[in-house]
Amino acid sequence: MSEVLVLVDHVDGAVKKPTYELLAIAKRIGSPSAVFIGGADQAAAAADAVKAYGADKVYVVDDAEIKGYLVAPKAEVLEQIAAASSPAAILVPASAEGKEIAGRLAIKLSSGLITDAVDVQVNGSDIVTTQSVFAGNFTVDAKVVKGTPIIAVKPNAAAPEEGAGAGAVEQFAATISDGAKTAQIVASQPRQATGRPELTEAAIVVSGGRGTGGDFTAVEGLADALGAAVGASRAAVDSGWKPHAFQVGQTGKVVSPQLYVANGISGAIQHRAGMQTSKTIIAVNKDEEAPIFELVDFGVVGDLHSVLPAVTAEIVKRKG
Amino acid sequence: MTLSNIVVLVKYVPDATGDRKFEADNTVDRVGVDGLLSELDEYAVEQALQIKEKRPDEEITVTALTVGPAAAEAAVRKALQMGADKAVHVQDDAIAGSDAIATSLVLAKAIEKIGVPELIVGGLASTDGGLSVVPAMLAERLGLPQVTLAAVVESQGDQVRIKRDGDSATEVIGGTLPLVLSVTDQSGEARYPSFKGIMAAKKKPLEALTLADIGVDASEVGIDAAWTKVETVTERPARTAGEIVKDEDGSGATALVEFLASKKFI
Repeated sequence: MSEVLVLVDHVDGAVKKPTYELLAIAKRIGSPSAVFIGGADQAAAAADAVKAYGADKVYVVDDAEIKGYLVAPKAEVLEQIAAASSPAAILVPASAEGKEIAGRLAIKLSSGLITDAVDVQVNGSDIVTTQSVFAGNFTVDAKVVKGTPIIAVKPNAAAPEEGAGAGAVEQFAATISDGAKTAQIVASQPRQATGRPELTEAAIVVSGGRGTGGDFTAVEGLADALGAAVGASRAAVDSGWKPHAFQVGQTGKVVSPQLYVANGISGAIQHRAGMQTSKTIIAVNKDEEAPIFELVDFGVVGDLHSVLPAVTAEIVKRKG
Repeated sequence: MTLSNIVVLVKYVPDATGDRKFEADNTVDRVGVDGLLSELDEYAVEQALQIKEKRPDEEITVTALTVGPAAAEAAVRKALQMGADKAVHVQDDAIAGSDAIATSLVLAKAIEKIGVPELIVGGLASTDGGLSVVPAMLAERLGLPQVTLAAVVESQGDQVRIKRDGDSATEVIGGTLPLVLSVTDQSGEARYPSFKGIMAAKKKPLEALTLADIGVDASEVGIDAAWTKVETVTERPARTAGEIVKDEDGSGATALVEFLASKKFI
């Protein structure tokens, strides 16, 4: 069975959930081979983690020489592993970095690239991807017709599947060109951990907008009661109430959770583009004319500062 | 290295507030709909102009480059009105339906034709396809590094530094010219063309290039050359409005909790 390369998304060796989703998709296509680019001391734990979710092979690439050099070296690593393994497909997370790596790789391998897949299925000899385009108003099914299919997959495109693969570890010595080591991270300030799930990966997202007036206490309270991630509208971000990393919308994160709760958000097209494919949508807004109410499964016309704390208290009570 | 040339990539896109649709061959309808300069590319034009303005001792030319149908001229015109010095429009019927890979080829060849600048600036994504991969593909084709998603841009001599909000960290990235830079909508409000700018733009050079001019064979672009193939396009059914309740003395919260429970979220 052909190998399917999966680029492991991790932070200092801690493997992120979308990687397990990619492994589940890789199993549909062939034999999953995880590609771990990271610290030599982190490789064993990461290899165990991906093995538990089905990796038959784990390519370990020591990043001592390329750490901090952005995407170009990673594209070279994948190019060289692809040349050695002739994979049936290459899957990367559809993060900003993943897509840049995929873009470079597509040119290197003269292969077609599909970005932001929300589903990947095998149909006979075809690998068919599904994308959601134009603010979620259209669904597009497509396939790669040249080279090795390179697919950047969005979080939540598949459920992670536990079940150990063979997990054979292979140290891979990549040759990185000097040209790939020219743009570099010179400083990095890790974001303070919130203890909440990551926005793009969360099953539930609770967001706040202009209607919060800058006070996210009620929004965060509900998020924590539901085990949800916190998001924000562009208006809230532009007002400086939340950093840009929280922004849901066309120029922020595009999320597609099971449940999206929009609080004090009017629902401009910018915002809708980032959340309209959510399975269930709830809105709380004082303005009954707010366009967000056109999208919702359930809406409350009311003040979020009184509605949300009451909802939160009741959820906490029911959970006992 | 002194900075003498900046090329800004701009795209003509269907207006997101209008009716966007697909053609019979599943490509985006770029002719029969209202279009405009992609809003996200305005930030790229703005940053290119700001870099030029912050380096008054250097003779810097800002060139706006677009690929697209006749109407796409509007995108480079807008860039000229904002203050770009000249514009290049690659237009050829064969290009219609090109994917990101072919688009990056046309851009790379056009840039080689007009002269590879020290700095290429693009937006965060187009507001239509929204792949965000063209800057990476272009950088790969030209053998350049890319510094992407900048919220803050600074440049001095041959050094470029940007600040960006990554998913897990705020990062400062450094690069040496020549390079490809992309900027986000956080980088600063794009200027509106002034009346003077609009008048001046009419006299600025706008060069039209065909595929033959830039040495690209028609067989390398267009829908038939695409490395991906769209099988079906389905319009998502409009969401039907659900139940809306008015909160009166806490009734809204009670109803909301019941809804969450009915959907098994609690």
